[in-house]
Amino acid sequence: MIDVNVSLSHWPFRRLPLDQTQTLVAALKREKIHQAWAGSFDGILHRDVAAVNERLASECKPHDMLVPFGTVNPSLPDWRDDLRRCHEIHKMPGIRLHPNYHSYTLDDPKFAQLLDEAAARAMIVQLAVTMEDERTQHPLVRVPPVDLKPLAALIAGRSKVRIVLLNAMGVLRGAPLKTLLNTGRVWVETATLEAVAGIEHFVANYGAKRLLIGSHAPFFCVGAAQLKLQESILSEQDAASITEGNAQMLLKSP
Amino acid sequence: MTDPAPERIWDLHCHLSGETGRTPDEIIAKIIARADRMGIERMAFYMGYPMTANPSPDELRRQNDQIIQALSHWHHRAFGFAYVNPNHVDASIAEIERCIDRGPMVGIKLWVARRCNDAALDPIIKAAHARKAVIFQHTWLKAAGNLPGESSPNDLVELAARHPETPLICGHTGGDWERGIRIVRASPNISIDLAGSDPTAGFVEMAIRELGASRIIYGSDVGGRSFASQLAKVRSARSLSDGDRRLILGGNLRRLLAPIFKAKGMRMDA
Ligand SMILES: [Zn+2]
Repeated sequence: MIDVNVSLSHWPFRRLPLDQTQTLVAALKREKIHQAWAGSFDGILHRDVAAVNERLASECKPHDMLVPFGTVNPSLPDWRDDLRRCHEIHKMPGIRLHPNYHSYTLDDPKFAQLLDEAAARAMIVQLAVTMEDERTQHPLVRVPPVDLKPLAALIAGRSKVRIVLLNAMGVLRGAPLKTLLNTGRVWVETATLEAVAGIEHFVANYGAKRLLIGSHAPFFCVGAAQLKLQESILSEQDAASITEGNAQMLLKSP
Repeated sequence: MTDPAPERIWDLHCHLSGETGRTPDEIIAKIIARADRMGIERMAFYMGYPMTANPSPDELRRQNDQIIQALSHWHHRAFGFAYVNPNHVDASIAEIERCIDRGPMVGIKLWVARRCNDAALDPIIKAAHARKAVIFQHTWLKAAGNLPGESSPNDLVELAARHPETPLICGHTGGDWERGIRIVRASPNISIDLAGSDPTAGFVEMAIRELGASRIIYGSDVGGRSFASQLAKVRSARSLSDGDRRLILGGNLRRLLAPIFKAKGMRMDA
């Protein structure tokens, strides 16, 4: 199973039971996850993201299963060099964005530029729509989910972008979700996909080709993804797409 | 090697939602099919549909009837709590008599109609406790503020102090569980419900450290939530002993239900 939503280092507001890379890797393996796409919690609030990405890359290096996704914050000076280092120095297949924590909206021209430059480098763009339930946030750091309304129009003119929305399913459903998935350039994952038999209902409504497994570990309990699969009745083919095939294809084909 | 005894998972917190059906019977059958996949032995159901924050006496009766209907073929797998509303005390006590004394239900559910520190709840709590009914109160601690009638764990602590001999359940542990656990810590008659929040890691670990395993009860809040994400809170908890896990997944709930099950001649065996 490939988990596209994992983070290393420390969540700013709480120590987590699995926030040491070694213990996290062991727990992921117990859940039969053999590859995890890892960002860094440090990327949310740190301003020296070049150092964040360097640490992320070296933290992932000893573990074959960890695939680093560096942070790029287009509100920072010379963000293009962070993108360049992620690609050329760290050989990362993609980047992770936090527009809400980094104080820009998706209709900001910088976001469109970033999409273009990531696409030109054939990099996957992971966009974290939320990191935690808005209702439980620290009183001084209340960050609403990313407003995705501008996204469909931005993708329309950009046939090469590949966007993975992380932790989106609590706020994105119905027609807006369908519109984004129908672009063929957007994927979502299971971390915040809720309701009884959520994966099965998702497949019935939107098909199995755009859904990936995401645990949002170590912030979320690492076992939820596997249990969600158990709760849903899926054809062998759909299960294979969701747990492996879709992520593999995404990683391979620009 | 001997087979370990079955875990006997009982789910404290289920609703007739998340699956569609023309009748309560159709909906509960679909939910129980999911529970089967997750190894859940029995489930508590309460509140009908649509979700109504401040139900009239007529609506209380209608929604409790939906649950009674849903339970009718599933008494070996499910049980119900009567939905009551402290804005209608007499009607609530009438529902306790109808659904618990003369019907199959074994507890009460209080939601968001009126904050639970209000003295209006006292006769309802007394009526439920006299019948050994389990008392479940929804609570949240929302960063942007609760609904006007929505209780916080602080409100429940006030209620618990007025009824020190009555076991109470703190629904959702206030959602913001790091604060919720601390708020109820000094009230030994309050147990916490794990249901209906994101599966944030560390919840069960902190609850065991601060409250002990005997005050923690697994629930899901299906169908708005999955069994999966909520079970993961227990399954993924670090260094959880086998005994503590069994208490959280069902033992504690059976302990709270045992007196009323016995009084009503209901069986607890698998
Ligand atoms: Zn509920």
